[in-house]
Amino acid sequence: MAIVTAPAPAPPRVPPPPRATRRGRKVRDNLTGHAFLIGAVLCFALFMWYPMIRGVVMSFQRTRRGQTTWVGWDNYSRIIADPSFWTAWRNTLLFTVVALVAGYVVPFLVAILLNEFRHAQGYLRALVYLPVMLPPASALFLFKFYAYDPSDAGLFNAVLSALHLPTSQWMQSPAMTIPAMVLASTWMNMGSAVLIYLAALQNIPGELYEAAELDGAGLWRRIIHVTIPQTRLILALLAMLQVVATMQLFIEPLILANGAGTQDSATSVAYLIYQHGFFQNDLNGAAALGVLMLVVLAGFSAVYVRLTARQD
Amino acid sequence: MAGESGSRTLISHAQLRRGRGRVVYWTLLSLVVVAFTLLFLGPLYWMVTGALKTGQEVAQTPPTWYPKHPDPASYVDAWQQLNLAKLLFNTFYYAFGAVLFQLVFDTAAAYALSKLRPVGGHVILGAMLATLMIPAMVLIVPQYVTVIDLPVLHLNLLDSPFAIWLPLVANAFTVFLLKRFFDAIPEELMAAAQVDGATPLRTLWSIILPMSRPILGVVSIFSVTAVWKDFLWPKLVMPSPETRTVSVGIYAFAGGTPQNVVIAAAVISAIPTVIIFLVFQRNIMSGLTTGSLKG
Repeated sequence: MAIVTAPAPAPPRVPPPPRATRRGRKVRDNLTGHAFLIGAVLCFALFMWYPMIRGVVMSFQRTRRGQTTWVGWDNYSRIIADPSFWTAWRNTLLFTVVALVAGYVVPFLVAILLNEFRHAQGYLRALVYLPVMLPPASALFLFKFYAYDPSDAGLFNAVLSALHLPTSQWMQSPAMTIPAMVLASTWMNMGSAVLIYLAALQNIPGELYEAAELDGAGLWRRIIHVTIPQTRLILALLAMLQVVATMQLFIEPLILANGAGTQDSATSVAYLIYQHGFFQNDLNGAAALGVLMLVVLAGFSAVYVRLTARQD
Repeated sequence: MAGESGSRTLISHAQLRRGRGRVVYWTLLSLVVVAFTLLFLGPLYWMVTGALKTGQEVAQTPPTWYPKHPDPASYVDAWQQLNLAKLLFNTFYYAFGAVLFQLVFDTAAAYALSKLRPVGGHVILGAMLATLMIPAMVLIVPQYVTVIDLPVLHLNLLDSPFAIWLPLVANAFTVFLLKRFFDAIPEELMAAAQVDGATPLRTLWSIILPMSRPILGVVSIFSVTAVWKDFLWPKLVMPSPETRTVSVGIYAFAGGTPQNVVIAAAVISAIPTVIIFLVFQRNIMSGLTTGSLKG
C-alpha cells in the first residue's frame, strides 16, 4: 500500500497538558467516539433492539379499535388452536430436515470435488454461485411456470418422460410439495455454501494428506481423517446458519404454491406469521408466532452449542 | 516436486498426471463441466428463450429446445404492462441509497469501535452482533409496526425510501466486516496522524477510507444485491404500485398475466444482478470468504 508522504513539517512542540485538562480531553475523546457511533446505534435501536422487545410485549397484548389491552397468553392459545398451526410446524420442520441434507451435505461434496480440479475451477465456481445472485422471486417463477409445469410440456416432466420415468404433478401433488420446494431452494442457495467450503478446503495444509497417504490411508479415510476434522469449524457454523435460514421458509410456499399449497402441504410457520399479521389483521397473534419461532430456534441453538462444545 | 506439495489436495498431482489417474481426471472433469452447465446455466437458458416462444409453443409437448419463431412480444409486453422502467428505477434508487446510508453510518461506527474505542464500545458491539442470532421472520411484525409509527417522532415511513434505507444500516454483519478490516490497519498510522494534528474525521477520510477500498467495495456489492433480492420487507413497506420494487411488482402482476410475460419480466429483473456478478465476481468471492470464520 503506497502512502505518499510529503515531507511533513516538523510537528509543533506540544507542551505536556496540565493535569486539569487531561480529564477534559478524555471526555472529549469519548464524545467524539460516541458521535461517530450515533447514526448506526440509532438505526439498530429503532429497527432491531426496540422491535425485539416490542415483539414480546405485543404477543401479550390485543389491539382492537385503537384500544390496547393486556390479554396474557390469549394470543398464544388462539394461534395454537388454529388448525393450520401444527401443519405449518410439521411442514417447516420437514422442510428444514430435508433441506439440511440437500443443502448442507451436497455443497460439501461439491466443494471437495471442485477442489480437486486444476482446470475450469473458476468457471464451475461461478456457475454454482450464479443462482445466488438471481432475485428469488424471478428464479421461483422460472420453477413454477416452466420446471414444475404439471403437464408434459414442463421441463422436468419432459426430461422424465424422455428417460421413460413416471412424470409428476409437482406442486399439484401434496407429497411432492416439500421435495419440490427443497429442490428449488437448494438450487438457489447452495452457491454460497460451496464457496465458503472451498475457501476452508484450500486452507488445509497439503502435508496432512501427504502424511495420511504415506500411512496407507485410502481416499475415503483421507476424507474422514483429514478433510472433515480440518473443516470442522466451518461445517459446524454452516449447519447452524442453514437451520436458521431454512426455518424461515416463506417465499417458496408464497410463489411456488400460491401460499398454502394443495391441501395445506406448503403452509409454513413464516407464511402463517404473514397470514395472521397482514391478512387477518391479527398482528398480535403474528407477534406471538414470531416469539414461538424464536424460542424454538433458541432451544435448538442451546442444544447445538452443548453438542459442539462436548466434542472439543 | 517439492514446489507442488504446498498446493496438493486430497489426491496428489502426480497421481492425476499418470496413466489411469489422468483418464479418470479428465473424464470426471468433463462430466462435471457438462452437468453443471446444464444444471445452473440450463434453467437460465430455458427462461430467456422460453419467453421468446409464443404461448402455443410453450404449451407444446414435447417442449421445443429453442424458439422456432423467436418473438420478443413477451419482453415488450412485460416492459409496458408492468411499467418495468419505473420498477427498475425504484429498485436502483433504493439500492443506491442503501449503499450510501450503510457506508456513511456503518463505516463511522466501525471506525469508532475499532480505533476511537469510546466507553461502552464493547457493549454496543456485543448488542449489535447479538442481532445476528435473530431470524428476520421473527422481527417482521414488530419492525413493521415500528415503521408505520416511528417511536418518539410518530412518523409513518410507509412508501418512504427511508423504510428500506435505515433498517439496512442496522446490519451487524457489515459493521463486523468493516471493524475487522479497520482492526488490521496499524495503530502507528493513527498515532502519526494525531501528532500531525488531524481530527478523527480527517484521519478516517484521508487515511482509513483510502486503505479500505476493497472492503468498501464488497460491502457495497452485498448491499445492492440485498436490496435487489429482498422481497417480503419491500412488499410490506412499499404498498403503492408507484413505489414497488421490481420483484414485488412482478409478483403483484403474476396473477392475471400470461406466464410468458411474467417470465420475461423475471429475466429483465435478473439482468442487473447478473451483470454485477459477472463484473465483480472476484470481489464477491473474497468478501464471502473473509466474512466466514477463518481463524
